[in-house]
Amino acid sequence: MAKELVKGNIAIARAAINAGCQCYFGYPITPQSEIGEYMGAHLPQMGRVFVTAESELASINMVIGAGTTGAKAMTSSSSCGIALMQEALSAMCIAEVPGVIVSVMRGGPGLGNIAPSQGDYFQALKGGGNGDYKLIVLSPSTVQEAIDLTYRAFYLALKYRNPVMLLAEGMLGQMMEPAEFGEYPYKDPDVTQWALGCSHNREARNLVSLYMPEGALEAKINKIFEKYELITKNETTYEEYMLDDAKLVLTAFGTVGRIAKAAVNKAREVGMKVGLFRPVTLFPFPDKELHEVAKNTDLILDLELNKGQMLSDVRSAVFGACPVEFYGRSGGGLLSPDDIFAKIQELYEKIDNKKAAGVV
Amino acid sequence: MGRIVLDRDVCKGCYLCIKACPKALLKKSSKPNNHGFFPAEFTDDKNECIGCAQCAMNCPDAAIREVYR
Amino acid sequence: METLVYKRPESLLKAEKGGGFTFCPGCGHGVILRTIAELLDEFNIQKDTIAIASVGCSVFMERFLDLDVAGASHGRSTCVATGIKRCKPNNFVLTYQGDGDAATIGFNETIHTACRGEHITTIMINNTNFGMTGGQASATTMLGQVTTTTPYGRKAEETGYPLHAAEIVAQCEGTAYSARVAVSDTKNIRALKKTIKKAFEVQLKGLGYGFVEVLAGCPTNWHMTPTEAVEQIENVIKTVHPLGVFKDITEKESV
Repeated sequence: MAKELVKGNIAIARAAINAGCQCYFGYPITPQSEIGEYMGAHLPQMGRVFVTAESELASINMVIGAGTTGAKAMTSSSSCGIALMQEALSAMCIAEVPGVIVSVMRGGPGLGNIAPSQGDYFQALKGGGNGDYKLIVLSPSTVQEAIDLTYRAFYLALKYRNPVMLLAEGMLGQMMEPAEFGEYPYKDPDVTQWALGCSHNREARNLVSLYMPEGALEAKINKIFEKYELITKNETTYEEYMLDDAKLVLTAFGTVGRIAKAAVNKAREVGMKVGLFRPVTLFPFPDKELHEVAKNTDLILDLELNKGQMLSDVRSAVFGACPVEFYGRSGGGLLSPDDIFAKIQELYEKIDNKKAAGVV
Repeated sequence: MGRIVLDRDVCKGCYLCIKACPKALLKKSSKPNNHGFFPAEFTDDKNECIGCAQCAMNCPDAAIREVYR
Repeated sequence: METLVYKRPESLLKAEKGGGFTFCPGCGHGVILRTIAELLDEFNIQKDTIAIASVGCSVFMERFLDLDVAGASHGRSTCVATGIKRCKPNNFVLTYQGDGDAATIGFNETIHTACRGEHITTIMINNTNFGMTGGQASATTMLGQVTTTTPYGRKAEETGYPLHAAEIVAQCEGTAYSARVAVSDTKNIRALKKTIKKAFEVQLKGLGYGFVEVLAGCPTNWHMTPTEAVEQIENVIKTVHPLGVFKDITEKESV
């Protein structure tokens, strides 16, 4: 298939349809409303399910219902809408119900604004829901990667029976760039061993999030955490760029990753040894891999469109192997390659000075 | 002539069956069941039961398992 | 020769294996679950049914009915049911909820499900309080009713007026059937079965949303004996939440 010019939100919707998404439940919110619009225009025509729900609470609970039948189900929303979904996301994890949630971040807290942001890293990774659970979180930096990760989101949701969140920034949803829609590359797992439906030739099943007998909840939590270990082992994905000789390594996720890459190129042009480490899966976070990078560099600069949320995971991965600095903007402010380059220059000098003084 | 089969260990002694029986054939037992409730007890010495199943219908615990007429 | 005129329904087998219901003595849930089980047997749809367990004492349905069950968070049962029914249109989908769930925290979901005309059936048990959490006031609590959060009786100027779910659901265009019945005496229990049967039929015929509100006793939280509780339904609650069929589109067809 040839490349075509496509908008991020539309690309995600089209990719979901290609991936076999049987039903979409959603409620409009900027900056991702095009996803619901596209689904509304196409799914019913294909004999698939589209419902405009009365709220995000309703959407995600419809996804749960569809998920319990083993269907590929999806919803999409943005920051404050995702906030409303948290109780259901926690319930999905413990009941092991699959589903895909697209979160196109806007400025927060509160209603915030509709400018791009990465303020919902904690919301996606550290949970607003109750109890011990984890979402699988995928972070695209280009429209092409948004397509590929949408495919992967549906596959991982069914494979691990866990909700998967595609975490994109508003600008990725709104930007147009050339991308290619390949075939859905995965073989979907069998759902007949657990999905609800007709129980003529088997025992009745239940998929609930309530575990009252003593020890039952702990046993179930241990089971899903064993699964999370497996996910970490099998699915951790990241991008490394110019790391071999890097004295300063940038860490960034999503679209900030590509902005950072431009800054790396600029720094390399003037002979500064700068590289980039970009996690693609935010859970599982590439802990070990980032730690190895940290051992071989002098400084890490974490870049985010928030007040430093992934920073806590970066620091815990680095675990003292090198110093970690943070540079970010919040509330809808953007980082340009020039901003980042200026920060690189400032920090790079420090590394050199410290080296000269024998500190590092 | 009718009769009922009452599962005395499932009965929780709410006595709604006593209220429902048109022939007053159910009464509170003097012996507690496995759970410590004094269950309802069916006695029909004069073969008065008409098998109307009102007791079973009103029983919140489905403790009246079968009704015969 | 004697004939069997009543038998505990097959669909309740799970409850029997588990040693019976675990509800409080005199609780209305048992009669309603038994009635549902009888109808599942009569329609022979037990193996095709997916039920939604909601939050509250109603969640125990999952332990007693031998069905495929999906759990739902507080008030979201009809959303989960919507997702299921849309993906499995040939399955019979049933939500079993309390008044705290369907008429209080989840009334928005109930209304929208009715307006969408989802082909599902909701049985809402109304005991005019939050039973499982210890008898707090719910949306359906009557004026003057003493609960743990209205210890001096519900006052309109403080907590407003009781919500009449079956009447409101009947207003929605997608609703095929909406009625209120009670678990209080033989006559009403017969009506309960007839009513739930109707609500099942509208789903089986694909006519729209079926909603049955059942007034049921909560002797523990009402601080009454089971006998006093059914009298309370007959003498007091029925005057606030009147029994009746508020919508039945099959009636209109036959006229």
